[in-house]
Amino acid sequence: MSLHILRPGLLTTVQDLGRYGYQQHGIIVSGAMDALALRVANLLVGNAETAAGLEITLLGPRIFFETDHLIALTGAHLSPTLNGQPVGRNRAVWVAAGAELAFGPAVAGCRVYLAVAGGVAVPLVLGSRATYLRAGFGGLDGRALRAGDVLPVGEPLPLGTRLTQSLASPGRAWVQARFTPDPTLCPTPRPAPIIRAVPGPEYAQFSAASQRAFWREPFAITPAADRMGYRLQGPKLERPAATELLSSAVTLGTVQVPAGGQPIVLLADHQTTGGYPRLAQVISADFSALAQARPGQQLRFEEVALDEAQALYLAQERQLLALRRGIDAICRTA
Amino acid sequence: MSLEWASAESFKSNRCFVSTVLPPSAISLPVRLYPLGDAAVVLEFGNDISAATHRAIAAFSARLLRQPFAGLREVVPAFTTLTVYYDPWLASGNGQHLPYERVAAQLRELLQVSEKAEAAEETEIVEIPVCYGGAFGPDLAFVAQHTGLSPAAVIALHTAPEYLVHMIGFAPGFPYLGGLDARLATPRRPQPRPLVPAGTVGIAGPQTGIYSLPTPGGWQLIGRTPLALFDAGWKQPSRLRAGQKLRFVAISEAEFTEIQPPQP
Repeated sequence: MSLHILRPGLLTTVQDLGRYGYQQHGIIVSGAMDALALRVANLLVGNAETAAGLEITLLGPRIFFETDHLIALTGAHLSPTLNGQPVGRNRAVWVAAGAELAFGPAVAGCRVYLAVAGGVAVPLVLGSRATYLRAGFGGLDGRALRAGDVLPVGEPLPLGTRLTQSLASPGRAWVQARFTPDPTLCPTPRPAPIIRAVPGPEYAQFSAASQRAFWREPFAITPAADRMGYRLQGPKLERPAATELLSSAVTLGTVQVPAGGQPIVLLADHQTTGGYPRLAQVISADFSALAQARPGQQLRFEEVALDEAQALYLAQERQLLALRRGIDAICRTA
Repeated sequence: MSLEWASAESFKSNRCFVSTVLPPSAISLPVRLYPLGDAAVVLEFGNDISAATHRAIAAFSARLLRQPFAGLREVVPAFTTLTVYYDPWLASGNGQHLPYERVAAQLRELLQVSEKAEAAEETEIVEIPVCYGGAFGPDLAFVAQHTGLSPAAVIALHTAPEYLVHMIGFAPGFPYLGGLDARLATPRRPQPRPLVPAGTVGIAGPQTGIYSLPTPGGWQLIGRTPLALFDAGWKQPSRLRAGQKLRFVAISEAEFTEIQPPQP
């Protein structure tokens, strides 16, 4: 039970939902940039949502399946194929031994998540399998995947085994399920997304003109955009007092503004603390859309109240709960 | 044989949403609470770096971890704040309440319980050798210019105090230190550098610290230590921990290259 990496693609890493509990030692959370997409992919193959999968960035890898597997691809649309034939996204796919997964043009979004029934079984480091690239631990030897890597796959859960049995078709190279989740759980990433945010702790310290500009004007995602954060380019954001702040916690989605006036939005590999003023905080329900935005694209921020942000997140969780129950129900009746 | 899965229609979520407003807490402690987005709350214990604030944060942090509320993910202590991360779904009672109000109410309740700070004082002083200036400290000249001191005076003032490790943050093993001589305070750079080498010692406003890993960074860089501060393979992956005391010792470039990083 293993995945063979024939070509690594631009940046393919093992990720789960992150490493919690160690930020007080300076150890970042990391994990999937688009956690929603990884959770959905895991549910589709009968895994726990926390199982490790692959995060694939813009230029996809080529992967050889030595044995039969149940997989799902979510997130970006990077024109996936199995043995050269287009394969459906956002659904379970049974893959026979000998099949080869490849990717083509990047149609929409930035990151694909590949879940495999049983999960990618690299060792746990500090409670997580997420790759922490900068510190060089987690995932496969703390690094991005390379050609020739062989990734171990774990034993599927009973649910994964039942899903596999329901799709397996000896003699065929692969078979995809018809079922796909509610589109709200697997939206096609948009080229110029509107990202909702709540004002951050230092919001009131910015000039009224800068506050208005932040919510009104588009920002370009510069090439300095990685798993740690995106440097944005747009109207200059001014904080008249310009006093130095004491470092305090920053988190996924924090929009911080260095004195240069160009904001940085922090992502999965964000540092645990920082000292730049925190202008805004992207809401959890929009992390997925943010993670799928590409360098070179534009985005806009839209202000929402905290209550609305919380309600949107809880609604998303209810959708996931419904998906989980639905897949359980399928298996009981299968 | 391919199975026809049930239609997505049957999985539509139950849209009913119960919102409750909790009564405001009657207590008025000098701790300010505010949200950091929809999955974290910040508790601000003061406005200045002080040993007393540090002890209050350490004590409350320990108390919270002993008596966690449902959905608590982790805590991140800083100079004047403790940031409390939570899973909004679990903290909401699986969707029954708005999580922030609920978490804030539970934290206010815990803050009311008076408890003596039990953190033991550290007596040992960790010495960190630093080669100042040159390629290791490209901003030493800027700090000297900004503070109106000579580079030698900057080094003398930086190596004089006994620093307190207030927190480990920003990167694994990165110590934020209290005790910088106020004359050395220098603002951060307007734009962070894309890559600061591990071991580099920097100043940012009234703070000083050591980059533990090669990362982007906006601090003014004045020197570098040859000691490794972090290794995931060490039993304790971070060389330093919050509450420790530390002093910088100036070394030459030759001494820098001689030192082999010992494993703590």
